[in-house]
Amino acid sequence: MDPVVLDSLDPLIGRLRARGYAVVGPTVRDGVIRFAELGSAADLPRGWSDEQEPGRYRLRQGDDLVFGFAASPDSAKRYTQPPRSSLFRWRDGVAEETPVEAPRVALLGVRACDLAAIAVQDRVFLGGRHPDEAYRARREALFLVAVNCAVPSGTCFCASMGTGPRATTGFDLALTELAEPHLFLAEAGSERGGELLAELPHRPAGPADLEAADEVSRTAAARMGRHVDLDGVKERLVEQRESPVWNEIASRCLTCTNCTMVCPTCFCTTVEDATDLAGGGAERVERWDSCFTLGFTELGGAPVRGSGAARYRQWLTHKFSTWVDQFGTYGCIGCGRCITWCPAGIDITEELERLR
Amino acid sequence: MIPTPYRVRSRRPDRADTVTLTLEPVEGACPPFLPGQFTMIYAPGVGEIPISISGHARSGGYLQTIRAVGAVSRALCGVRVGDVVGVRGPYGTHWDLAATAGMDVVVAAGGLGLAPLRPVIRELAAHGARYGRISLIAGTRTPATLLYPRELARWARDFDVLVTVDHPDRAWKGPVGLITKLVDRIVFDPARTCAFVCGPEIMMRATAERLMGRGVPAHRIAVSLERNMKCGIGLCGHCQLGPLFACADGPVLGYDRVAALMEVKQL
Amino acid sequence: MKKLAVWKFASCDGCQLTLLDCEDELLRVAARVEIAYFLEASSSRDPGPFDLSLVEGSITTPEDAERIRHVRRVSKHLVTIGACATAGGVQALRDLSDVKEFLSVVYARPDYISTLERSTPISAHVPVDFELRGCPIDKRQLLEVIGAFLAGRRPVVPAHSVCVECKARGNTCVLVAHGTPCLGPVTQAGCGALCPAFNRGCFGCFGPMETPNAAALKPRPDQKVLQLYGSRSWGQRDA
Repeated sequence: MDPVVLDSLDPLIGRLRARGYAVVGPTVRDGVIRFAELGSAADLPRGWSDEQEPGRYRLRQGDDLVFGFAASPDSAKRYTQPPRSSLFRWRDGVAEETPVEAPRVALLGVRACDLAAIAVQDRVFLGGRHPDEAYRARREALFLVAVNCAVPSGTCFCASMGTGPRATTGFDLALTELAEPHLFLAEAGSERGGELLAELPHRPAGPADLEAADEVSRTAAARMGRHVDLDGVKERLVEQRESPVWNEIASRCLTCTNCTMVCPTCFCTTVEDATDLAGGGAERVERWDSCFTLGFTELGGAPVRGSGAARYRQWLTHKFSTWVDQFGTYGCIGCGRCITWCPAGIDITEELERLR
Repeated sequence: MIPTPYRVRSRRPDRADTVTLTLEPVEGACPPFLPGQFTMIYAPGVGEIPISISGHARSGGYLQTIRAVGAVSRALCGVRVGDVVGVRGPYGTHWDLAATAGMDVVVAAGGLGLAPLRPVIRELAAHGARYGRISLIAGTRTPATLLYPRELARWARDFDVLVTVDHPDRAWKGPVGLITKLVDRIVFDPARTCAFVCGPEIMMRATAERLMGRGVPAHRIAVSLERNMKCGIGLCGHCQLGPLFACADGPVLGYDRVAALMEVKQL
Repeated sequence: MKKLAVWKFASCDGCQLTLLDCEDELLRVAARVEIAYFLEASSSRDPGPFDLSLVEGSITTPEDAERIRHVRRVSKHLVTIGACATAGGVQALRDLSDVKEFLSVVYARPDYISTLERSTPISAHVPVDFELRGCPIDKRQLLEVIGAFLAGRRPVVPAHSVCVECKARGNTCVLVAHGTPCLGPVTQAGCGALCPAFNRGCFGCFGPMETPNAAALKPRPDQKVLQLYGSRSWGQRDA
């Protein structure tokens, strides 16, 4: 289906709900734009924008846009890979698999970087010899409505990662917010996206609408707050394994795990085993883990990566070098969340420059 | 990620802190294993750890040798015959014996590293004619911590078996000191030799370097990595070493692929 | 049935209360273990021995120093519960001053008071099998520790930062988003990131995390906090 123009998002939200999807999108909560279930388009943060810099996030009044802000601390990861999930229960020598919770969720307002992150996660969880079927079930239950970024933040660098700001693939629908007059250009990226779009009140997009949408993405690309130079980065990080820079970064690093928790591609998990106090039953739960914890590499009572320097090196090198060896893409998609949400304000783009 | 129930058919204490369990499937069995592969064994309610497979059980199960070092391995060492544990696998890469036909073979084991090599050694003992000259060298802390002493004596009838200890007791008449010294004492043609090395990381490096010093190319030296593993199938991230996941790309890897990685501290 | 004892030393009783707060789960605990000595809940005084002793409070008097040795003797496993038993507690503030001066200021007849100069953790007196952090301790973690000791496994009580739980819970980071001072990044998890869930900064009830780098916190905490958390991070050793 060709691109169309919508003048309201309420029919879209209504149709998705009618199809059994919980529609989840950006809302203002706790002074931050967070993902939450939407009742109607009125719940969207119209008129709000954000200021993001290393270790700092503030909301401010912005232009009269519904999507006039950049990445929030939430990404699709919470829905594709929840923070905790039960794997199985064990009783009397029998393992009973816990049914996978895969709620039908329509994510409205994911950005090009988020879609790139989902594509990275797909390779990790579905591309190997042992695909993660729970991930597949949750992934297939998602309906993705992307929004092309109009106002990148100070920590964004998707343009240099080649993952944005315009969504080109991996979505069911993609919206571009046009300011004057206030409209949305909508494109379908999947069959079911096209079917849904056809049901919405719309008019066909004309050349002026398409040009206006292109202009939104061009402007956004020119307004990236950060930049990385990928030329030779993969080899460079391997060469720099013994660099004193790692120790210097470690002096500023809290090893608190925030970067990995907000990262939409960081996929590491651990498992916890619990016994039922009442009897012989046991349960195994999978939860988010981080390469910044000591327990992550514990072997025979001692961690392999004991120093903060080794843990930071592992993380950054994985994102920009060894991830490529393993999965054929970078592990970083340029959303800048790790920069904004690092309490110490460590900026990976800056550290990559210093590791030249 | 769901374990298959296996019953403990027998439990043989090998040493004070080490037991070999015979595990047989309660109903459906896991697939057959290749020498060098491991399973994730689940001690119900306690946890799950990777354990290399040290042999076939006649009933179609696995023999697995476990040393009590942490909570899970202690629980597994403490099981009773008839108990049910969980098994996933077998996972990982294997010792490539097929590529060894006609060549000299060096098997080098440090401590518990003898366990994952046991299926290799049994194959060598059973089909010695397929290979060139065969040598087994092993290092252990004390004579009392040596694994499979009776089998070692039996294998010594088929090929060269040399054992060294760090701390001899009065009865010990064999070599004392590092396993690298044994590398110098065995006979092989470096140009047509394959080596299988398993033990603590420092032992594997020293042994591999010594073998290379005698002219064995790095790619014909296989080592087996040990790392913290949670999933065993490349999804949890714990066992990463540079570009490798020890569980999926390993545990058995050519020394040419890991030598540079093992050199870097805390990688 | 295995026997459980709960002992109190210098403390506010809040950690023992956590066990009573377990309510439904407490009944399940009681079905598995005999709660043989727990004066806050029952007047029975079983002489022991006990399979598991939970010890609350710090050692502040000569009598306590004697009594904890008795507790150790009659306990197969000894687990301290809470900040007092594990680190000395609020009352350890006196360690920074002169106790005799306090006595003369606070009490009309200081000669009635028998006290040690310092408030010390249980581990300063007897071997401890496990230290459960918190002020007060967390109910889930307490049940986990009891369950783990019953099952003979290691309790799942991670030593990483509060941030892991904070992000998993879906909290907004009060430090980054509001500029609220928060000790979460240098404090051990266990509370479920309770304070940040109510838009307040963490003030460190569970003590330093595994590798605290307090000097890297922004805003930088005052000197006392830095001292308490270890001024140099253990995470700075060479890679």
